[in-house]
Amino acid sequence: MDRKITPVSKIFLVIIFFILYAPIFFLIFYSFNSGGNMNNFEGFTFDWYKELFQDTRLLIIVLNTLVVALLAALFSTIIGVMGALGIHAARRRQTKNTLLSINNVLIVSPDVIIGASFLVLFTMAGIKLGFYSVLLSHIAFCVPIVVLMVLPKLSEMSPTLLDAARDLGASRLDVITKVVLPYITPGIFAGFFMALTFSLDDFAVTFFVTGNGFSTLSVEIYSLARRGISLNINALSTLLFLFTLILVVIYYFINQRQQKPVLGGRK
Amino acid sequence: MRKLLNVFLLVSLASAILLLTISRMNAAQGLTSGNTLTIFNWGDYIDATLVKQFEDETGVKVIYETFDSNEAMMTKIEQGGTTYDIAVPSEYMIDKMRQENLLITLDHSKLPNLKNIDERFMDLPFDPDNKFSVPYFWGTVGIVYNSTMLDGIEIDSWNDLWNPKLKNEIFLIDGAREVIGMGLNSLGYSLNDINKEHLREAKEKLDSLTPNVKAIVGDEARTLLENREAAIGLVWSGVASEIMYENEELEYVVPKEGSNLWFDNMVIPKTAKNVEAAHQFINFILDAKIAAQNTEYVSYSTPNKEALKHMPEEMVNDQRFYPPAELTEKLEVYENLGKKNLAYYNELFLEFKMHRK
Amino acid sequence: MENKVTRQLYMVPYVLWIVLFVIAPILLVLYYSFFNIEGQLSLDNYQKFFTPVYLKMTLSSFWYAFLITAITLLVAYPTAYLLTKTKHKHLWLLLIIVPSWINLLLKAYAFLGIFGTFGAANQFLELIGIGTQQILFTDFSFIFVSVYIFIPFMILPIFNSLNQLNPTLLDAANDLGASKWMTFKRVIFPLTIDGVKSGCQVVFIPALSLFMLTRLIAGNRVITLGTAIEQHFLVTQDWGMGSTIAVFLIIFMFLIMFLTGTKKRGV
Repeated sequence: MDRKITPVSKIFLVIIFFILYAPIFFLIFYSFNSGGNMNNFEGFTFDWYKELFQDTRLLIIVLNTLVVALLAALFSTIIGVMGALGIHAARRRQTKNTLLSINNVLIVSPDVIIGASFLVLFTMAGIKLGFYSVLLSHIAFCVPIVVLMVLPKLSEMSPTLLDAARDLGASRLDVITKVVLPYITPGIFAGFFMALTFSLDDFAVTFFVTGNGFSTLSVEIYSLARRGISLNINALSTLLFLFTLILVVIYYFINQRQQKPVLGGRK
Repeated sequence: MRKLLNVFLLVSLASAILLLTISRMNAAQGLTSGNTLTIFNWGDYIDATLVKQFEDETGVKVIYETFDSNEAMMTKIEQGGTTYDIAVPSEYMIDKMRQENLLITLDHSKLPNLKNIDERFMDLPFDPDNKFSVPYFWGTVGIVYNSTMLDGIEIDSWNDLWNPKLKNEIFLIDGAREVIGMGLNSLGYSLNDINKEHLREAKEKLDSLTPNVKAIVGDEARTLLENREAAIGLVWSGVASEIMYENEELEYVVPKEGSNLWFDNMVIPKTAKNVEAAHQFINFILDAKIAAQNTEYVSYSTPNKEALKHMPEEMVNDQRFYPPAELTEKLEVYENLGKKNLAYYNELFLEFKMHRK
Repeated sequence: MENKVTRQLYMVPYVLWIVLFVIAPILLVLYYSFFNIEGQLSLDNYQKFFTPVYLKMTLSSFWYAFLITAITLLVAYPTAYLLTKTKHKHLWLLLIIVPSWINLLLKAYAFLGIFGTFGAANQFLELIGIGTQQILFTDFSFIFVSVYIFIPFMILPIFNSLNQLNPTLLDAANDLGASKWMTFKRVIFPLTIDGVKSGCQVVFIPALSLFMLTRLIAGNRVITLGTAIEQHFLVTQDWGMGSTIAVFLIIFMFLIMFLTGTKKRGV
């Protein structure tokens, strides 16, 4: 493959990144606004950051959001990978397609329906609304996206590879842990990150299934939005953004040193 | 495989640490003790320092949750699974919740401050004798406009909005009853009209307004109007008073054909666990000084006549937000029209939204 | 025999998930769809769906979802392709995902500021001499922001399959004298079609039921099936009609999955 990037391509990438980050920089910029709104910048201040750190309630909500996202991504990845393996192993094409369609129901269903039907389900099952109901529903709507991310990797895998492994006397478990899983690792990571994204962003489902004082960031932001968003939310987003950015870069370079790429395939 | 396991362990560890921190922080906040009060209110509809004050005075820990529509709130209360001690629905929803036995009868002997409430706002048709609810805030629906952007066009009636010069200058609220109600009022019909022909007529009249409508928006109307994105907005009075405080070019008028008068009342839902503290809180909010402070923060109109004495004069004497009884009598309160009629309102509203310029 | 048992064993969590969080909600939705607004068992809702209002809405939802998917693909494919050629490609890929971790509502508010009459976008247009335009509450802004939101979801699967591409194949094509376009058309694209397909699925299907953006960015000038469902669940409390629309969405999704279903590929 020709490895050079032409200047035109470079400009294209720069524009894409610029657009992707523009609203975020917009939020960051106004987090320093002493004017108190996101329209005209009056002067530079750190007040919103100070206010943020005094707001224990908001900090608890941030931690809640993170823990739900991490756990939901973790469990949905595990379930999703198992599911993908199962779908892939299905012999008949029809079975495969049916399973896949069922898998995607939650992706197509609007959040409000998922939220409302989960609410009915949880109350029927007698589950108290709060952390567990939110976590369960996040796991539920993250599973299909993991399956979708892992399946292409599985279908790219050549069957001869598995045959070879089996011929060499590997047990079925060995085949999965030593051959299949390493091969689909990039897909698993992609699924994990997508699940994380879905969970962090969800508002409507969480709104329905939460209760008893448990809240996540997006629900909180939505309720604050009535008066126009307060700038300490901007300050919060700025910090979270920088935090993830640093984390991502560190993670990448640690991996780089171990000569193991993160997402995507192996060369 | 190693790498997968490592990441798995890392994520589990991080989650465990986070969970531990959360439970520590919750304990530090006193939220794990038994004496808590869960309030379910509209977003940003109370002065948070008052909640703190209530906690300090009574030792009750308040859990504060918010909703953004009467219907979403009712769904959650109806389904159970939560323990809301206080909720703040609007009048038509109180009627509905009352009929569906979702509310607890209030013990008036525990609410001595109820005497502070103006007689005008007591014993209304949606809740006779205030058996289930206590007035929290009230207001009107009207037009907020920026006179500097209108070069001399006067606005004091709904029909003024159909002026062809106002192309792309109007923001409407995303509420079926408000918008269809505007159509009905502009034709001289009642806001609670359920005659299908009248409703059709109103919808067709609204269709002809489409060129003037810039967007149908929710709470972001505040920011948009404040920033001069358009000159006119159909809004609730509280939204108007708030943005008028931010941008002095703005004016508010309740159209002369009539409009909606609404009430948000505090109720104790059936799901309540701490009925005692709920009464305590309601009584606390009814206190004259507390209500005055709350009103200055929320900027809707308070039904608390004693509170008015503790508020700035220009606020109390502002007839736009405290219209005298003669004026409010001309306004209509939404009646609970029943599901079927409400569905028809919403269908028309949906059609109106889909009507392209 | 042993195969079958282990397979069924690892499928347990996934099947459990399907039963609890997919089948049960679908049955619930189906059940509700047969009740009219007055709570009587009837087919009223289905009749209503075939009135011009809802048919028009369905058509426009499909049209917008199609536009959004097509534009997202047009932007995402070259981006993914160029990313695979960069030096730290996995880092760049992560950086594409990071913006989607910032709350959607906040980004929407940022776009309200950027696209507003006095916002940055209009200042730029003013500067290059085009003059202030109405950007907010138009089809343009709606599609732009939707594409913005879906881009990472499209890039990830495409990147994964591009990255998997065997470079020797490209060398071979090159050696055989294929032009760059030929190589792309005959070698690269067909080999990454699975990634493109899963990308399109994760974009098109949710795009059918977008709802928050239709109000915030499009000012309710665009009405999708998702908006209507939200209205029925949250405003009219006509769960029956909301469920009926949902039933149709699920049917559409099955159709789409069927049409884009992966065919067995020989290797």
